[in-house]
Amino acid sequence: MGQRSDGERNVSEPAAVEARDTVKTFGAGEQAVRALDRVSLTIRRGEFFTLLGPSGCGKTTLLRLIAGFESPTAGAILIGGRDVTAEPPNRRPVNTVFQSYALFPHLTVAQNVGFGLEMLGRPMAEVRATVERMLALVKLEAMAGRRPQQLSGGQQQRVALARALAPAPQVLLLDEPLSALDLKLRKEMQGELKRLQHETGITFVFVTHDQEEALTMSDRIGVMSAGRLLQVGPPREIYNRPVNRFVADFIGESNFLPGRVERGAVRLGSGDLVSVPGLPPEGTAVTIAVRPEQVRIGAAGEPGTIAATLTDAVYFGTDTHCHLALADGAEVVARLQSPPSGEIGLAPGARVGLRFAEGAVQVLGD
Amino acid sequence: MSLATESGRDRARARNGWLLSLPALVLLIVGASGPLLIVVTYSFLKPGEYSGVIWEFSGQAWFQVLFQRDIFDGTLGWADAHLTIFWRSVRLSLLTTAITFAAGLPTAWFIAMQPPDRRAMWLFLITIPFWTNLLIRTFAIMEVIRNEGILNSALMGLGLIDRPVQILYTDTAILIGMAYVYLPLMVLPLYAAIDRFDLRLMEAGYDLYASRMRVLRRIILPIIRPGIVAGSILVFVPSLGAYVTPRLLGGGKNMMIGNFIELQFGQGRNWPLGSALSMVLLAVVMIALLVYVRVAARGDVVR
Repeated sequence: MGQRSDGERNVSEPAAVEARDTVKTFGAGEQAVRALDRVSLTIRRGEFFTLLGPSGCGKTTLLRLIAGFESPTAGAILIGGRDVTAEPPNRRPVNTVFQSYALFPHLTVAQNVGFGLEMLGRPMAEVRATVERMLALVKLEAMAGRRPQQLSGGQQQRVALARALAPAPQVLLLDEPLSALDLKLRKEMQGELKRLQHETGITFVFVTHDQEEALTMSDRIGVMSAGRLLQVGPPREIYNRPVNRFVADFIGESNFLPGRVERGAVRLGSGDLVSVPGLPPEGTAVTIAVRPEQVRIGAAGEPGTIAATLTDAVYFGTDTHCHLALADGAEVVARLQSPPSGEIGLAPGARVGLRFAEGAVQVLGD
Repeated sequence: MSLATESGRDRARARNGWLLSLPALVLLIVGASGPLLIVVTYSFLKPGEYSGVIWEFSGQAWFQVLFQRDIFDGTLGWADAHLTIFWRSVRLSLLTTAITFAAGLPTAWFIAMQPPDRRAMWLFLITIPFWTNLLIRTFAIMEVIRNEGILNSALMGLGLIDRPVQILYTDTAILIGMAYVYLPLMVLPLYAAIDRFDLRLMEAGYDLYASRMRVLRRIILPIIRPGIVAGSILVFVPSLGAYVTPRLLGGGKNMMIGNFIELQFGQGRNWPLGSALSMVLLAVVMIALLVYVRVAARGDVVR
């Protein structure tokens, strides 16, 4: 019985956040800009969800719609199954970590962290206890009496986190919170965020344009571009099964090769045939995508390989990037692990045979 | 050797600096300290019979500021008339400050929210009355509020009142006049403070469950406090010493301290009392400024 009832409960349990056909248009008439174009999204309870996309793709707009700072032109926002579309931000059970931190300069760190609870009318003793717990959580107990501007960037960031977590929101919204930090601190905070999410069990909605951040931290990622949600899925799925060229290009690097479906395989511009399962009908023009690390280099003329010429080999330390030209001049990049000597043993102009790793070739629409 | 010439040049430059600022220094010393010394001196002399002073030391004027002796039995009592005037001055100045703040905050906020290229225009509009003569502006106010004036005519025309409301020559008239005259002095520092205010803090406030009222009281007002204090001082200090506005709009009876001081040098023929009153006014202003400096300094720590 356990198994089944569990399944049923999951179905009936409302999503942490749901966006239904959300449209957001800024401006009016000729100048109107559609920042969000019929975006529907379900974020599960307790997950670390990342909205990923280049700047101007609408990810921050979507976050602001969930927070309530903007209201959608059309569509609805639900939090914990409750329609909050018409509710102001102060009535929504969500808190935000702002990109600029937006800490109150006239209050101490402790007063900043306690602000939300105080506004909720919690008794002073509870506020004090929670503030203490939150400051311990972000390891800033010693800074309780300081003003935000007396802290370093990383410390301010942690205060902003503690402040947003203190009221124990159903959902925590994070708007590129790490973008102002230097690389080392950013790595540290990435781990810290993951830890906090585990410890609190709160649903995190994280906005970033940094694909590495998204891949390493998220349970699921939603990739956005030009106001549309292109793909939603776990990091591995987004990386290995991108739905279109934009996603494949934005996340990681990819080789894109145009071709045409012929005899159950893809005929490339160079004339080579690449067999891929699940192809569209004969004669359809397609693009195949292969990650550089999935390209294998073998000896020229080996059966089943594609003839190519090495044009350049760039040493990156752990990796060496080999730039190769196919018969028609199309470029393919292969990323090889550098051998102990650091030399891959091939000089520019060398003729080689390429192979794509099993299951690594993607057929993309547009 | 080059070192010697260099220090020589430095000294020459310093000397030149002193020489160049000499006219300003002389003007300040003669123009500010001189009259002040005269006023202090006069406040310790005896009044002349018709005007001026008799060069004889006396604390009488300072005594008269607060106390009076009964003409008949010589008993000591408070100088009620003086206290009434002090109280009216302080009350009207505080009310003026409150009114300009209530009207100035939304105005300053509105200007600060305009696109940057349009703010200069709005600020210019706010300061336009400043370039007009105070007398003319005060007469304009009289024209609006007098019994046959624009306001009363309009109200009667609308049938809201059947008899003119007496506004002119009341404290209300003084209040209207001063609030109008000093409003720009409140708006400008408020605007400067709001312009620096990070609007994202409001979003942070809403996000942390604060209502609009609470965002205003707990976030906006504390952060723009230096502007509030500066505007309040800029309005309160000249209000306290206002002369033209209460003279014209308050008639002869509703005097403020400025008019009362003038009276002592004119019809009152009591220059020492006038001098002592001036010093009292100066002291109040200094206290207000000290409070400002202290609060503003505290504001700096916050920033």
